[in-house]
Amino acid sequence: MEEILEIGGEKIDSRLFIGTGKYPSDKLIPEIIEASGAQVITVALRRVDFNAITQNVMQFIPKNIKLLPNTSGARNYEEAVRIARLAKAAGCGNRIKIEVISDNKYLLPDGHQTVKATEILAKEGFIVMPYINPDLIIAKQLVSAGAASVMPLGAPIGTNMGLKTKEMIKILIEEIPLPIIVDAGIGKPSDACEAMELGADACLVNTAIAASDNPVLMAKSFSEAISAGRKAYLAGFAAQQKAAKASSPLTGFLYE
Amino acid sequence: MSFYDTYLQYKNFDFKIFFQSITENKIKNILAKERINQLDFLTLLSEKASGFLEDMALKSHNLTISNFGKTILLFIPIYISDYCSNSCLYCGFSSKNKIKRRHLDYDQIKTEAEKIAETGIKHILLLTGDAPKIATIDYIKNSVKILKKYFTGIGIEIYALTQEEYDILIQKGVDSLSIYQETYNEKLYQKLHPVGHKKDYHFRLNAPERACMAKIRSVNIGALLGLDEWQKDAFFTGLHADYLQNKYMDAEVSVSLPRIRPHAGNFKVSHPVDDKKFIQIMTAFRIFMPRAGIAVSTREAPEFRNNIIKLGVTKMSAGSNTSVGGYALNNTDTKQFDISDTRSVKEMEKAITKLDYQPVFKDWQTL
Repeated sequence: MEEILEIGGEKIDSRLFIGTGKYPSDKLIPEIIEASGAQVITVALRRVDFNAITQNVMQFIPKNIKLLPNTSGARNYEEAVRIARLAKAAGCGNRIKIEVISDNKYLLPDGHQTVKATEILAKEGFIVMPYINPDLIIAKQLVSAGAASVMPLGAPIGTNMGLKTKEMIKILIEEIPLPIIVDAGIGKPSDACEAMELGADACLVNTAIAASDNPVLMAKSFSEAISAGRKAYLAGFAAQQKAAKASSPLTGFLYE
Repeated sequence: MSFYDTYLQYKNFDFKIFFQSITENKIKNILAKERINQLDFLTLLSEKASGFLEDMALKSHNLTISNFGKTILLFIPIYISDYCSNSCLYCGFSSKNKIKRRHLDYDQIKTEAEKIAETGIKHILLLTGDAPKIATIDYIKNSVKILKKYFTGIGIEIYALTQEEYDILIQKGVDSLSIYQETYNEKLYQKLHPVGHKKDYHFRLNAPERACMAKIRSVNIGALLGLDEWQKDAFFTGLHADYLQNKYMDAEVSVSLPRIRPHAGNFKVSHPVDDKKFIQIMTAFRIFMPRAGIAVSTREAPEFRNNIIKLGVTKMSAGSNTSVGGYALNNTDTKQFDISDTRSVKEMEKAITKLDYQPVFKDWQTL
């Protein structure tokens, strides 16, 4: 019994979101979609050529998949806003994943600029899904700005290092009344499973699938891990005990 | 504070003694690190590190895949004017070389652009000789305006500009700058660039920084390998890239590793860089700067270009013609240098795909 995820009023069946970057060939994408069961796929608008005479990523995305254009390449809020508007004008729909990155060394997101872009685009009616460092203050500002979800990173993008920011993500899950989608850094299906066990609402996985020797099999594995993690979260964990429970060494005196 | 201060720190560095002190153990430790520092980078350029080429290649391969995926961005150069007031001793366009010069008018640029666009390439690199009075900023600005209709990414490889001039071109749609210091060796630089605008070592050295200050999206730097001792120029190229990346974090920094090719004139290459050295430089640089781009042009041979796709390169020119008007106007008599990889864009696309990599035609669009 898995309840349905809802973002910006839209119901989404799969809690695994996938990307389109870093694949050896875009031709793999339909197979990845099928193996992963993903319903949401993010596409960097910078890579999409609507007038291409060469191969184009959009040709490989089935019509029933929800497109999540992202603002990859934006260095400030103005560029992010312009890319979002271009995506909409090109017929990519109303959703936008905000990525504002002014650091090309680690590719860490700029929270301040992200909030500004979110504010403008939410007012224009976009379903805004911002990518951020798991920073509670920024996340709260995003809620006020009208974001539809918050997408904190687990580790720097492309590193496959796993949930390095776990404690911060836990705070967001507890404090933010929007879907939390862990994005970036997830390297293994067990990382994604852990994020879901913590109570994250979904995970976005790209590099770990795209750079695998067998991307299709890895996509399937992520799908299963995310589903398992979600079920475990819903089931509720039995309390952990470090050692067998002794009689009451601290309050025993009350009963003497 | 400019990169020159970093250069000065190493100007009198005893590279020979440093290289002698390197042990195999030291190299193994560096290759096990997650991030390496400047001297680690220099260590990987040493003779001793050449015995670890396979390990370096593997590390470079893995870093490149996790940062860029299995993708190669394709671009193409367009030479629009080859008048030049310099006489760089190693260059085919040198004013000393009595060659037929050309300067395309706007209609001719449009014709060339249309022809290039037929290949599907979306990133173009506009080149001129170093003659600011002929290939003026206005001329370049208007040319960019024409190219914008056909391409989504526009780079320039022209003479060094002031920050204000870079700003003008960026406003018109230029998103990347390629400018090579040729050699970081200040003394040798003076000798190789005896006259002209390019004679000013400092003005050239600080050009990428001025473009970063003008908020260019990406800068591509490099040395012309073969002019000076390769380890030194490769090292300073890496330091320069690192300097720019740290100071201008919003700029995408990349390097090119051009080796001198035959051309008009008879310059003798004093420090040839063979394939093994080239790969050592490329993989050492990738390990030093995992996120930086690495561009390789058609100066390199087809087989070699195929072989290095898995070793760290992220951008390649394809279907290039280095003559002014070489695409549609059929001018092929004067080239800046001889192309070694003459494959068409289609053929490059096939070769990349065959290696299980994805050729990328578009990676940016002017906003």
